[in-house]
Amino acid sequence: MLSPGSTHADVVVVGAGVIGAACAEALSGRGLRVTVVDRGAPASGTTACGEGNVLVSDKAVGPELTLAQASRRLWPELLDRLREEAGPSLADAEWDEKGGLVVATSGAAARALTGFAAGQRAAGIDARELPEGGAAELEPLLTPKVTAAVHYPEDAQLQPVLATAALLAAVTRRGGCVVSGTPALGVESGRGGRVTAVTTRDGALPCGAVVNACGPWAGHFAAAAGAPLTVLPRRGMVLVTGPLPEATVRHKVYDADYVGAVAGDDADLMTSTVVESTRSGTVLIGSSRQRIGFEDSLQVHVLRTLAAKAVALFPALGRVPVMRAYGGFRPYTPDHLPVIGEDPRCPGLWHATGHEGAGIGLAPATGRLLAELMVGLPPHVDPWSFRADRPALTKGQAQ
Amino acid sequence: MKVVVVGAGPAGMHAAVAAARGGARVVLVDSAPQAGGQYYRRPPGGTAALPHVFEELRRQPRIEHLPDATVWAMEAVPGGLHRLHVQQGPADAPGRRSMTIEAAALVLATGAYDRVVPFPGWDLPGVYTAGAAQALAKSQRVAVGRRVLVCGTGPFLLPVARSLLAVGAEVAGVLEANAPATCLRGWLRRPAHPWHHRAKAAELAGYAALLARHRVPYRPRTAVIAAHGTDHVEAVTTARLDPDWNPVPGSERRFAVDAVCVGHGFTPQLEPVIAAGCRTRGGFAEVDDRQATSVPGVFAAGELTGIGGADLSAAEGTVAGCAAARHLGHAPDPAREAAARRRVRHWRDFAAALAAAHPVRPGWQTWAADDTLVCRCEEVTVRELRDAVEHHRARGARSLKLLCRVGLGPCQGRICGRNATELADAFLRERGAPPLLDPDAAAKRPLAAPVRLADLATPPTAYEAQEGT
Repeated sequence: MLSPGSTHADVVVVGAGVIGAACAEALSGRGLRVTVVDRGAPASGTTACGEGNVLVSDKAVGPELTLAQASRRLWPELLDRLREEAGPSLADAEWDEKGGLVVATSGAAARALTGFAAGQRAAGIDARELPEGGAAELEPLLTPKVTAAVHYPEDAQLQPVLATAALLAAVTRRGGCVVSGTPALGVESGRGGRVTAVTTRDGALPCGAVVNACGPWAGHFAAAAGAPLTVLPRRGMVLVTGPLPEATVRHKVYDADYVGAVAGDDADLMTSTVVESTRSGTVLIGSSRQRIGFEDSLQVHVLRTLAAKAVALFPALGRVPVMRAYGGFRPYTPDHLPVIGEDPRCPGLWHATGHEGAGIGLAPATGRLLAELMVGLPPHVDPWSFRADRPALTKGQAQ
Repeated sequence: MKVVVVGAGPAGMHAAVAAARGGARVVLVDSAPQAGGQYYRRPPGGTAALPHVFEELRRQPRIEHLPDATVWAMEAVPGGLHRLHVQQGPADAPGRRSMTIEAAALVLATGAYDRVVPFPGWDLPGVYTAGAAQALAKSQRVAVGRRVLVCGTGPFLLPVARSLLAVGAEVAGVLEANAPATCLRGWLRRPAHPWHHRAKAAELAGYAALLARHRVPYRPRTAVIAAHGTDHVEAVTTARLDPDWNPVPGSERRFAVDAVCVGHGFTPQLEPVIAAGCRTRGGFAEVDDRQATSVPGVFAAGELTGIGGADLSAAEGTVAGCAAARHLGHAPDPAREAAARRRVRHWRDFAAALAAAHPVRPGWQTWAADDTLVCRCEEVTVRELRDAVEHHRARGARSLKLLCRVGLGPCQGRICGRNATELADAFLRERGAPPLLDPDAAAKRPLAAPVRLADLATPPTAYEAQEGT
């Protein structure tokens, strides 16, 4: 299986999810020879379990918002470039600039939301506070109990598995290689502790650098490579309805408590409502957050909570059948910021993980930033907050 | 402390009766309005001769039968219990009664549904699964067409033909895709060939006589490889097949018919088995000689453990019911249980022979054209499936679904999942790649049935609270 990769790669990317694929695309685009390995099939982990969010609305002013703004600009450019290179059928990722609508249904939530949006506006986000009745104009089926609403025209959506396939196709077109079904076990190091190869079940892959893009399992790979890192799983569930008439739900519609949940540290179940339709007509209802390790059995009370909140937001959806429920694990870090950069404890080991529920949206800027740092170009966003040796990630870990 | 049995076909009915006889309280949950499953399907209140088990089911005071009840989710709860989430009421009706039932022992007997492999025109109105045609004939006395062709593989095609004849349809032929040599080798590979199963042999002779009487031709190594028509089936193309089911060039013939019934064996309804966390092997629930699955307190019986027909299902049901009662500390009659276990061993030989005699061979993959639908719900064609493998490099079942939408529609891959997996594996083989890396992902459905959002949002009542127990 490893024959194409047994020739020396400049970089081995471990993990063929959207983050690994975006890193590999950016590195191969800068002339590096890249091999991507995954223990399973590409885009079969966290990437296949989300809603395809490319959001700016849910992020407070700070380094993650800056990364999100850069990434939001990059996605359509990147998809255009892939389309030019490969033709439209291969690079159709169902990109949809549908916009987000965040609504509050209480007085307190209304004040929090408008304050939050004002801060984002100052940072350059298009966050439009709607007048009374404005939300109903955008979403006719929305509950009349809305107390405040902010429209974010920049929020977008794509289909992450298609997008990942398009990124990986570009890597192979440029002479790179994607190896499925091959677990990476750790790294080999040479003089000065510098990484010289990635060890896999099927043999070693010699390389100049390795990128740990293992998502929620990145902590395992980092530990195996001798540089432990606190990246933990946070479970999420999504409900999918049967296909509904077009324009039943037009935007990504969130309850304003969404922001609080993303930043929260509570291990118990947290849910905040996200309702949106997909191109195939189904409506996705998210999302829950639970820190229960990699426990993946069905928990019906989570589904019930999601359903109750969605019906509160869109009473008309009550009659709609839920056809499927799926879940996955988001990779989160204690300070809720991604990790992007080289690990000083292990030269040649790079990390690109910890994006929690925002990996789809943050992928292109993550890939680009990592590539810029690796080849020594000026970074397009400040990498300092995302560095691998910040105390939040290594505190309590063996050095 | 009670036994919950899911499914009231031959396996579930016998399990309920055996567990109750052994001293356990039993709740029998079934999605149909009356017990019997597909095998004993009949018009409402039908008076057809029913075996003794129906009478016992009615008389046994320790059994409560919940008809029209769908188990849509299951979860393990502390204390080794299994919580079933159930909706009761006519299918798809709003405001169904929503409840949870806690089982100290669980018998899963949800059976199997028809498998149909795709061919050009298989999605036309007038093409039915053999099981659907039989259900319509049995429960509503409706024939699916005036002139009907029955095709596929396996002995199940014969009772379907009989049901059609009984409601006045002309059966233009019964086409068995496998060669007589394949069937014979299958039946002879075990010491227990059908001549040891006198009942089955007599049944077969009865069907042969029936077909002869109605002048219905029976054609081995033949299949419908295309159906034609604009908004309904008007004609079909049949062809002779080689042993791998590749059509023999030049053997194509066209027949005018207004309905086709197709059955290529069965797929077990595994959702509750997977939801309970039970191990599977070769696509079936793995059980020991007491019908116990890998999860303590969970038993499986009938087609879930292998396709073997009603007699095997009934015997497995009895064994599972006894084992479930014993799991709760009761002492079922050991002689009765031993006898049922002997019957299970006997009919398992029959099931193994059946599987060997009527395989589904890969040549069916050549029947489908590029524009033939694989997934009807999402209208995914063979070409789109091939593109997902060749251009988008799908390497796993989960990403395959998301790359071309196969299996994402209302049936959730129940109809198309196996066909899509086998086609994708064939495309991967052409490219020298290994088969799909996570084939089980196609069968994983945490929601076993659709639930209305408002019903999901409403807190359920505990069955135990309603019953005052």
